[in-house]
Amino acid sequence: MTSSDAQLPLLRIASLTKRFGGFTALDNVSVDISPGERFGLIGPNGSGKTTLINCISGAFRTEAGTVLFRDEDITPLQPHMRTRRGIARSFQIPRPFRSMTVAENLMVALDFAAGEHVSVAQRHDAMMDILTQMGLASKANVSATQLSQVELRKMELARALATHPKLLISDEAMAGLSSSEVDEVLDLLMSLASRDITIIMIEHIMQAVMRFSDRVMCLDAGKIIAIGTPSEVMGNQRVQEAYLGT
Amino acid sequence: MKRSNIAFWVGAAVFLVAIFVMTQVVGNQYPFFAGYVILQFIALAVAWSILGGYAGYVNFGTSAFFGVGVYTAVFLTKAFEAPLLVQIVTAAVIGALMGFALGLLTLRMQGIFFSIATIALTIIIETTVMNWRFVGGAAGIQIARPPATPPFDNYVQMLFFVQALLVVLAVAISRYIQNSWIGRGLQALKDDELAAECTGVPTLRLKLLACVISGALLCAIGAPSAMYLQFANPDSAFNLNYSVSTLAMSLIGGTSHWSGPIIGAILLGTTQQLLTVTISSEVNVLVLGIMLVLFVVGAPEGIIGLVRKLRGNRKEGGT
Ligand SMILES: Nc1ncnc2c1ncn2[C@@H]1O[C@H](COP(=O)(O)OP(=O)(O)OP(=O)(O)O)[C@@H](O)[C@H]1O
Ligand SMILES: [Mg+2]
Repeated sequence: MTSSDAQLPLLRIASLTKRFGGFTALDNVSVDISPGERFGLIGPNGSGKTTLINCISGAFRTEAGTVLFRDEDITPLQPHMRTRRGIARSFQIPRPFRSMTVAENLMVALDFAAGEHVSVAQRHDAMMDILTQMGLASKANVSATQLSQVELRKMELARALATHPKLLISDEAMAGLSSSEVDEVLDLLMSLASRDITIIMIEHIMQAVMRFSDRVMCLDAGKIIAIGTPSEVMGNQRVQEAYLGT
Repeated sequence: MKRSNIAFWVGAAVFLVAIFVMTQVVGNQYPFFAGYVILQFIALAVAWSILGGYAGYVNFGTSAFFGVGVYTAVFLTKAFEAPLLVQIVTAAVIGALMGFALGLLTLRMQGIFFSIATIALTIIIETTVMNWRFVGGAAGIQIARPPATPPFDNYVQMLFFVQALLVVLAVAISRYIQNSWIGRGLQALKDDELAAECTGVPTLRLKLLACVISGALLCAIGAPSAMYLQFANPDSAFNLNYSVSTLAMSLIGGTSHWSGPIIGAILLGTTQQLLTVTISSEVNVLVLGIMLVLFVVGAPEGIIGLVRKLRGNRKEGGT
């Protein structure tokens, strides 16, 4: 709060607390994310990264605190309302619609989140566009159950993209991929970011985080222990301890 | 899409004309008695699968909706001598309200809890009707049929045609849902509710909608049954057999396509009618149970799933 920012944050998380029974998974977390930012979210296993995403996307109710998106308090909104306002996410463990083809997975997003006045033909074009960008065009009519791990990750990003997000949250989209596949997904996220989509990327692969992020935040045991440029955060004593310790 | 729409409506028209001609030419009453039951099961199975199949919320309360339909007709007949059309429309409205209330109370629950709640609903409503003297209480009530409306010269033939109309109505609605955004949303939430929500699908609203539509149809389908049997009692109107048969027919036919429940109902309905005539109605339940087990184990996607698999598991939906 030193000087007044010219730009409003796209997303403002204010004093967010999430408990599971007696366990505090997020403890008074506050952070602002600016439009167009590439934001890296790191932290050891169980530090609360996915929980934070679940609170932003509405999958979890929170005990205290608010989430503001484009200056609107979205804390009481159900997930689909948040999606329609422009928050999209992928899942750490992919959750495709298993009874559908890749194309149909995207059509769900286009049917429900792409706005009312889009014709069927336009939706179909939009779907093929996204699949082409994601390198999945040849898989359009393949069942979601028959995709490889990378393809599944890409499809989740494609489905999220089909909702026309302003904010895209990627939860470990690169976990378990080979290094060439990691580069592929990273390039995809970079190209999305260059097209005015703000991105929060959760990742354990540090090179990817370093390359991608404008700013990095590190969570540990539900608290923010460091936030700043990638090199600042990597150099931070507490971050190093969090990763080495326990 | 366009061409398949035309094909569908031509098919529906041919079906209705054939049924109508049958009522005008066939003199023997038995085909109408037996046929009515099969048509009724087709309509029930199709209506059931809108919630139970597309959305995957297994409703054990078919008999609650069916019975309320029957008793709506009984009440309207006894109180106002209301015509059949009024009975059916009123039953649909009540069924919709019932579906809405049930949905609001239970659709936040996951699968099995929803199913249990629907059984509870059946018991509550049946008990209530048992204690309602005006419609005959537990002992039941006789209902006199008014004269048939021309061009039908016999009430059962008329009911047969009316039930065929309800079949077409149910199938048209179910097919429309499947091919529209509603069907896609229901399929998505059946696969994964959280992923559906996060993709923009208003899951609760869609489930409610499915529950309302399914409930309205189930109730409407029950209404003509009062006149068909000329008698109603809670035991038969709310008989669990409706729930079990309907569910079995839908699942055996397959719920991923609107035609699945039709196939299942024709197959099981006809078998049941034959068994009732040739052996006894007790064997029905046995046959139903065995077929259900066979399918759940061998072909969980029902006949539709089997056909798709045989065709090489390629194209989805359509027609
Ligand atoms: N639904 C839940 N119920 C109870 N506890 C939960 C739930 N979800 C998460 N937790 C707990 O909250 C803590 C934070 O979990 P979270 O999934 O947010 O970690 P994470 O930072 O995403 O870890 P990872 O890197 O392993 O994905 C963990 O201790 C976890 O066990
Ligand atoms: Mg996680």
